[in-house]
Amino acid sequence: MTDGIMTLGAGVLGLGIVTLAGGILLSFAAKRFRIESNPIIESIDALLPQTQCGQCGYPGCQPYAKAIISGESINRCPPGGQNTVDRLADLLGLPTTPLDADPEAASQDKVAVIIEEDCIGCTKCIQACPVDAIIGAAKLMHTVIFDQCTGCDLCIEPCPVDCIKLIPRPLRKDHWIPASPPLIATDRSSPLAIKHG
Amino acid sequence: MTEISLIIVSAALVNNFVLVQFLGLCPFMGVSGRIETALGMSLATTFVLTLSSVVAYAIQALLLIPLDALWLRTLAFIVAIAVAVQFTELALKKTSPLVHSVLGIYLPLITTNCAVLGVALLNTNRAHSLLESAFFGVGAALGFSLVLILFAGVRERLELADIPRPFGGASIALITAGFMALAFMGFSGMIRL
Repeated sequence: MTDGIMTLGAGVLGLGIVTLAGGILLSFAAKRFRIESNPIIESIDALLPQTQCGQCGYPGCQPYAKAIISGESINRCPPGGQNTVDRLADLLGLPTTPLDADPEAASQDKVAVIIEEDCIGCTKCIQACPVDAIIGAAKLMHTVIFDQCTGCDLCIEPCPVDCIKLIPRPLRKDHWIPASPPLIATDRSSPLAIKHG
Repeated sequence: MTEISLIIVSAALVNNFVLVQFLGLCPFMGVSGRIETALGMSLATTFVLTLSSVVAYAIQALLLIPLDALWLRTLAFIVAIAVAVQFTELALKKTSPLVHSVLGIYLPLITTNCAVLGVALLNTNRAHSLLESAFFGVGAALGFSLVLILFAGVRERLELADIPRPFGGASIALITAGFMALAFMGFSGMIRL
């Protein structure tokens, strides 16, 4: 009987000491190593496109989110486009501003395309692509998935044979621009029939 | 000195934790898809294995033996490993965010890595001293890292290989792991401890 109580006591004591020491250590560490974080930075970071392209002048999306908190303007993210600027303005209660980028580049929706005859299959552009829009393998031809490509131009620079260029985003095969049909009788005399684009 | 080098070689190659003792198979299969992730996992495991084998030795010598409560080993070691991992993560996040972003997601995984608990238990079973415990942990970590990185390299090639469909994916990975285990059997008999 006493043996049993002794064993039980040793067990409770031993485990108690281990867990107590661990708990004290961790609570100390949680205080000592606390990181001052701002939840607004995280919500700003969540709105940014996470291409980590550096076109805003900061080394990534998270640093740019930090800079916005300390007063950087919200319109410096070309991959995000006007859409991101509007949503950031909405989140932060700021007036929305036009995107601060080359207006021509911003208005044109571009994608990267690989000139496939020239591709040597070095995989450097695949490693550079932040959205995994380039497929291919070593010593095999690579190609771009247009639907995934954001036109961030990060793949242009690493290409050793300069076989990547930016083109305006091609229309999808099933893309259809409806022409407005003539609405009143006098319009019907016009030669314009319904056009498919 | 010979004793310690024997312990390291034995833990790393002859009694390799993954391929000979079949401990730590979960990360071996789980994070060996790419060499970069395998490297991150190896670094994190090396750190935690060394730390936890020392901590486990301290608990064994200072607490469990005086209290005559050796049957508590498994429970106490798991708590200690979890605390060590959590502490490492907190400290790393504060002192070096870069290393944390490399190791970050792998650190919590290690808490439940049975190789870590295995090293702690084997240390007490073999009555290693403090120094021997630490180097046994280092050797085990070296072996784990070596096998994990080799396997990740093989799996990167397998991704591109033309494998018959019934053998694709996890099946070919397990078959490959089996062949690697066979190869590691070649080390047995090299040293006897």
